[in-house]
Amino acid sequence: MDAITLDNITKTYNKGKVLAVDKATFTVAEGEMFGLIGPDGAGKTSIFRVLTTLLLPDGGSGTVAGFDIVDQYKEIRNCIGYMPGKFSLYQDLSVEENLKFFATIFETTIEENYELIKDIYIQIEPFKTRRAGKLSGGMKQKLALCCALIHKPKVLFLDEPTTGVDAVSRVEFWEMLKRLKHQGITILVSTPYMDEAVLCDRIALIQDGKILSIDSSENTMKKYPGRMYAVHSLNMHKLLKDLRSYPDTLSCFTFGDSMHLTFREDNDGNVTRLNEYLNNIGHTNLEIKEIQAGIEDYFIKISEPAHG
Amino acid sequence: MRTLRFLLQKEFKQILRSRSLLISILMMPIIQLTLMPLAANYEVKNIAVAVVDHDHSSYSRKLIDKIFASKYFSGGSYTTSYSAAGKLIEQNKADIILEIPHGFEDNLIRDDHEQIFLAVNAINGTKAGIGSGYLGAIVADFNNDIRQQWVHASRFSDAPAIDIVPANWYNPFMSYFLFMVPGLIVSLLTGLGVFSASLNIVKEKEIGTIEQINVTPIRKYHFILGKLIPYWVLGMTVFTIGMLVSRFVYGIVPLGSIPMLYGFLSVYLVTLLGAGLLISTYSDTQQQAVSLAFFFMLIFNMISGVFTSIDSMPEWGKVMSYFSPMSHFAAVMRMVVLKGSTFHDIMPHFLAIVLLGIVFNTWAILNYRKTT
Repeated sequence: MDAITLDNITKTYNKGKVLAVDKATFTVAEGEMFGLIGPDGAGKTSIFRVLTTLLLPDGGSGTVAGFDIVDQYKEIRNCIGYMPGKFSLYQDLSVEENLKFFATIFETTIEENYELIKDIYIQIEPFKTRRAGKLSGGMKQKLALCCALIHKPKVLFLDEPTTGVDAVSRVEFWEMLKRLKHQGITILVSTPYMDEAVLCDRIALIQDGKILSIDSSENTMKKYPGRMYAVHSLNMHKLLKDLRSYPDTLSCFTFGDSMHLTFREDNDGNVTRLNEYLNNIGHTNLEIKEIQAGIEDYFIKISEPAHG
Repeated sequence: MRTLRFLLQKEFKQILRSRSLLISILMMPIIQLTLMPLAANYEVKNIAVAVVDHDHSSYSRKLIDKIFASKYFSGGSYTTSYSAAGKLIEQNKADIILEIPHGFEDNLIRDDHEQIFLAVNAINGTKAGIGSGYLGAIVADFNNDIRQQWVHASRFSDAPAIDIVPANWYNPFMSYFLFMVPGLIVSLLTGLGVFSASLNIVKEKEIGTIEQINVTPIRKYHFILGKLIPYWVLGMTVFTIGMLVSRFVYGIVPLGSIPMLYGFLSVYLVTLLGAGLLISTYSDTQQQAVSLAFFFMLIFNMISGVFTSIDSMPEWGKVMSYFSPMSHFAAVMRMVVLKGSTFHDIMPHFLAIVLLGIVFNTWAILNYRKTT
């Protein structure tokens, strides 16, 4: 059975003027970690809010844990955990009080499901009498995750859990998610960070409310048509302009400390010719090498065809 | 039921932890009720009179002394010309000019008749009216004294004399406190109730905790009850503090039944919290809620009859005041505390409160459903 199904879910705001989700269709298998990848404003949060029964869809249907998201919302609320993008626990209650409160309203106790949250809770336990509002960003995320898990949900919804969290905490957080997945919890997670996408079993790329592609992260990367090269030189700013005006260039984007470049036509002479051209117009410390295209490259490719 | 208990536990924990809320709940009634009645006093006292005495006779002196012997007039300033006195009015140093003409005493004795001139600063209408009234009464009294001196006693007694002796019912000494303190308790309680209830619910919206609550099995009515019950209890507490202050600071002992007051209050609070809930359904941030609550509180206060008389309002004002829950509670408080009214007497107000309570709460719940 699929843990989550969406069938042509549409959501609009302002009486139909703003289209937030446009006929989204995908399924998440039980025990799968599924990632929604897309930039800010792509419609990720709207999908989350529809699935967690906070919003009614304007069209289409969907199920969570086998229950209909419209008619059986009460059953869904009993068996999901939701961690919104914005920290939304009671800031004036302590860590322990927050956790206890969410345990009791699901008619359970911290002790009953302690096994599930132990790994995470142990890290914030030293601060359990501290008020939630006084925790650091990473700690808040851990507490929010604990609160979302305390009733042993079947499906866990994490809306941008790592936005605004430092790099070390992000890695830690994903480690925790992996362990939860091993316990059989289905996880739907959204993130604007492409590097986190590889950690999911499958990912859906989403932009402007439309799902662009659904596949495993490896397959998504393999789907990239043609070869990709990373170009580096001393004067990166000039390099971008020169590469974009180079007649054989199909696309060129700044990517970290290098330029990701594709040619209109892939052939073996490309690199040599480009090297010559760049040398001639005064670039030094040139470095051109073929690389495996990443998810972000693919994302840019399919979301901005006009640039090609 | 269990869920509600946990929600209440959480709510009380938060209230007891919020120092500013506790201070405003406990200290506001005490401070406001001990200081406000002294400052916000409608009795007109300390009227400054500028005297322009052109006569400087023993009669004019007598009149002036008589005026300043009264507790209503103070700080007389003496000027030599009317224009100088006018300056004092402009500078707000005088409220009334009393001009005694040259030859005041002579004319009075010779012609049995003389006029004096009063000019009143009427920016504050109440003060002007009452002030010139007092002054007029003193002059009339002065007039009588002179007539007694000059006119033969037998002739004087012929003058028709109807002496009016008023009896002030319910407040025999016309104590301002007895009238004002019960009204202030109502005003205080209403403000606190509407503000704190609406702010608290909106705070959950603003911080986002309501999202977290909405994805749990908590039912909406649990959530609303979990919010309203603590503020109902707080309202009762504030009222009790207010009654204690009025008993021990002002010595006001309600003539009517205190349990009945509490009974009325318990329904009034439901109505009030319904209004707070209604405000919260129309606002997304605490700032919006404050603006809305402030707007309504101002109107509630103005037309409540606590500070001005409803009877002297125009018809539309009377209609408006009927729809303000505060005016009913203010009326009931004064009826029960001052007159010892029974439930039969306050029945119309009770029904109005119940009606308004049903309207506010139904509206709020319908709107709450719609928005979430």
